[in-house]
Amino acid sequence: MLIAFGAIFALVMMLLALAFRPAGTGPTWAAGEKLWIIGLGLVFPALILLCLLAYGLWIGERLVPRSGAEVMRIEAEARKWSWRFSYDHDARRSTENVLHIPAGRPVDIAITTADVIHSFWVPRLAGKLDAIPGHVNVLRIEADAPGTYAGVSAEFSGRGYDNHRFSVIAHEAEDWQRFLEGEQ
Amino acid sequence: MNALARHRRLTAIWSSEPGWKGWLSTVNHSDVGRMFIVTAAFYFLVGGLLAMLIRAQLATPHSAFAGPEIYSQIFTMHGTIMMFLFAIPMIEGLAIYLLPKMLGARDLAYPRLTAYGYWCYFFGGAMLLISLVFGIAPDGGWFMYPPLTGRIHSPGINTDFWLIGITFVEISAICAAVEFTVSILKYRAPGMTLGKMPVFAWYMLVVSLMILTGFPPLILGSILLELERAFGMPFFQVELGGDSLLWQHLFWLFGHPEVYIIFLPAAGMVSTILPVMASTTLLGYRWVVAAAVALAILSFGLWVHHMFTTGIPHMGLAFFSAASTLVAVPTAIQVFAWIGTMWKGTPRLRLPMLHILGFFVTFVIGGLTGVMVAVVPFDWQVHDTAFATAHLHYVLFGGFVFPVLAGIYYWLPLVTGNRRFFRLGEVAFALIFTGFHVTFLAMHWVGLMGQRRRISTYAPEDGWTVINLISSIGGFVLAFGLAVVLIEVVLNLVVRHPAPRNPWNSGTLEWAIPRPSAAYNFASLPRVSSREPLWDEPGLPARLARGEGYLGEAASGRRETLMVDSATGEPEQLVIYPANTRLPIALAAVTGLFFVSLLVKVYLITPIAIAAVAALGWRWAWQLGSKQDLGDRLIGHGVAVPTIAEVSRPPGWWGSMFLLVANATLFGSLLFGYAFLWTIAPGWPPPAFIAPSLPTLLAAAGGAVLAVAGLAIAGRSNQNGGTPVPGLWMAVAGALGLVAVFSMMLWAAPPATGHAYNATILVLGAYGLVHAALTSLMLIFLLARHRAGYMSQRRRGELAIVTVWSVYLFGVTGLVVPAVYLPGLVT
Repeated sequence: MLIAFGAIFALVMMLLALAFRPAGTGPTWAAGEKLWIIGLGLVFPALILLCLLAYGLWIGERLVPRSGAEVMRIEAEARKWSWRFSYDHDARRSTENVLHIPAGRPVDIAITTADVIHSFWVPRLAGKLDAIPGHVNVLRIEADAPGTYAGVSAEFSGRGYDNHRFSVIAHEAEDWQRFLEGEQ
Repeated sequence: MNALARHRRLTAIWSSEPGWKGWLSTVNHSDVGRMFIVTAAFYFLVGGLLAMLIRAQLATPHSAFAGPEIYSQIFTMHGTIMMFLFAIPMIEGLAIYLLPKMLGARDLAYPRLTAYGYWCYFFGGAMLLISLVFGIAPDGGWFMYPPLTGRIHSPGINTDFWLIGITFVEISAICAAVEFTVSILKYRAPGMTLGKMPVFAWYMLVVSLMILTGFPPLILGSILLELERAFGMPFFQVELGGDSLLWQHLFWLFGHPEVYIIFLPAAGMVSTILPVMASTTLLGYRWVVAAAVALAILSFGLWVHHMFTTGIPHMGLAFFSAASTLVAVPTAIQVFAWIGTMWKGTPRLRLPMLHILGFFVTFVIGGLTGVMVAVVPFDWQVHDTAFATAHLHYVLFGGFVFPVLAGIYYWLPLVTGNRRFFRLGEVAFALIFTGFHVTFLAMHWVGLMGQRRRISTYAPEDGWTVINLISSIGGFVLAFGLAVVLIEVVLNLVVRHPAPRNPWNSGTLEWAIPRPSAAYNFASLPRVSSREPLWDEPGLPARLARGEGYLGEAASGRRETLMVDSATGEPEQLVIYPANTRLPIALAAVTGLFFVSLLVKVYLITPIAIAAVAALGWRWAWQLGSKQDLGDRLIGHGVAVPTIAEVSRPPGWWGSMFLLVANATLFGSLLFGYAFLWTIAPGWPPPAFIAPSLPTLLAAAGGAVLAVAGLAIAGRSNQNGGTPVPGLWMAVAGALGLVAVFSMMLWAAPPATGHAYNATILVLGAYGLVHAALTSLMLIFLLARHRAGYMSQRRRGELAIVTVWSVYLFGVTGLVVPAVYLPGLVT
């Protein structure tokens, strides 16, 4: 995307620079509405946008949660300024500011809030999704490798916003089994 | 009468009072335009200062410069001031100053309204400034999302300053938009058809219609949020049937068009200045106008792209993503029309052109990153990071500030009569251009690295230190550049160094006014036969000064101009303007009293303020008109037209129509909010619906019909030479009946604090009540005017104006009553 946009930018700048060529040296066809407005103004961006849109929808489609037996569901509730994660295999089981997930498996995070709007964002795992009072938004994440991933809230929420963070621990299969059984 | 005598006579008629007192009573567009520009420039300095504080805070990690509380106020006020107190008023000021001169008129449609708008801006801006000085400024981010800005999470007065102050300032935007629309459609030089209008006027027409339909959702949102904060009406509280997402929809319904409201006037300046700089005409005038219209319409269809992360369904995302990328097409048409114009002509690298080149570079980058963030998966990553902030600065600084700087340098000789003395502008441009790109390219970068917007500090481990420092240094370079511009403009004002009359060899009419510029603009009004009248006839200014155009005689001794047919530009009516008056500042002051009483919650004063507004409004309308029929007046070249007091569609009729467009948008937004809460908010349906009563329904229907029918009878009777009084009384009875109906509705409404449904019913009823009361007042005004002798068979315009309002009342009643009672009937 960056390369294509760089090329468009270069093209526009080149046309702009060439406008300052000495008077009367340009071809006569270059002064017509057809070239500039129909060609460059209408057809050119339309083509680019069609490609871009198709690409965007295709990527977006892949990111949309699909139901499946494999998918585990974790509830994430934000508040000023912490996160609580509850695990659906055990309603009493919850963690503060640390989200445990199995590595290599898709996980649905059901995001909501107890007070103002927050936003769930783990940059290395997925895009962000807001936590809105009264609504539950579901975000599909998947960690390819075990490890710890940094997460933040990405919606301004007042005084404690700077440090409204959490972390995500992705466990290997045995580790995850141990976590499920209640050992840490 | 020779040219000098005419100049003296017209100056005596048109000039404001001498000394500083003249500012308080002036209604002249050149004066008020300059006041707008200077005040907006002042707020640009304040907003810029806040930007410098932000950059100082972020320049180093763990900065102890400002704590999070103060920092929140700084960035909130930076955004708020730049958007509402700088950009929009600057546009208003430039257009107020330039439009009549470009269109070949002597003033805008409603001179007193111009001044009223300014004073609303002045007082409303002062409220926000005071909050900033006392450290109680708004601190919820410039888009003020509840519940953070609700009573529970922001109990202080800070948020109220925003909601009330900004709404007060918005009055000036609505006033200006009504005024521009009517002025562009009706107040032009004879012969100037729509297709011969300067392209800037086309852009401003589009922008004005956008303001009329874009600002009301925000005004409604502010009213609802303030009602929630002050009286506990839970529009945005999810536990009680509200939904915080409603605010986001209302805000971005305004907020996205707002971006184009800021960009399009600037594009209009580019379309005006660039062809002159290339000694040619604009390539594809019609295409450019069509592109501006298309952009305006599209901009209302993509507010949701600011809400891609709120959990919008996938189909909705796809639609709004497609619509968002689509705006690139009309934008590309304009950009390539401009570049084609340069190819067609021979561009000169003068100072305004430098800024236009700066605009091209910056705006094209901003547009391309804009297409990037319109792609949903990309937006999910960069939303609410410094990347988004950097993108919006590329669009707004590139798309607005650079063209405005070009405009300032282009029109400076027109305003001051001087040319530049020192070549500071070129240095300033280099500083601004470099500083800007260093600052915001760095911000794109740090945003991609994950820096969120609005954080007050970060840790060295984040790895953002160097980039932020670079960005801050760039910011200070930019600030120096802008300071140099300020110095140069001030020098240009004080150092006498006369410029030739038409220094750029432009073709448009603003360069045909006398030098130094005179309060009356044109000693006589030109007849126009092309888009570049000055290129057709370089001797035009002298001929106009000799009084060879229209209205060269200054016969009535009052301020006169012409209204024309909006399509053909043929003279239609002779306008006689009100002269200097302190009514606008007085009305703005009591309007301010109303807002202050809400801010400090002294509700005893509120009804007093409302009564004062009504009384001054009455006086305002009373000053117009005439007690005798004047007949058709000669305007020169053997043409005679009636005065505005003796036509069926006077300026007030046109103004009412466009004001009601804004009003209807507000009402439509309210109905949208009602439907939105009903369908989307959790906690619906409410515990109980209001039960309708048959007598109320019948009274509402009867009152609405009577109000409209009475006026129709009055109008018919007046037209046939009879008396309108019986019909008027009938209409009064109908309107007062509606006052009773809506009062009953409010009286019987369940407690508004209980559920968002109850609160919505209350607002719907109050909206109906306000309109019933207003129409009653207008009808009683008509009766008083008739008794005082201001109405005759010829002088029928006021009846037409009130008819528009009473038909609107009919429509409001027909929508409010079912909206309130139908759910109870059905369930």
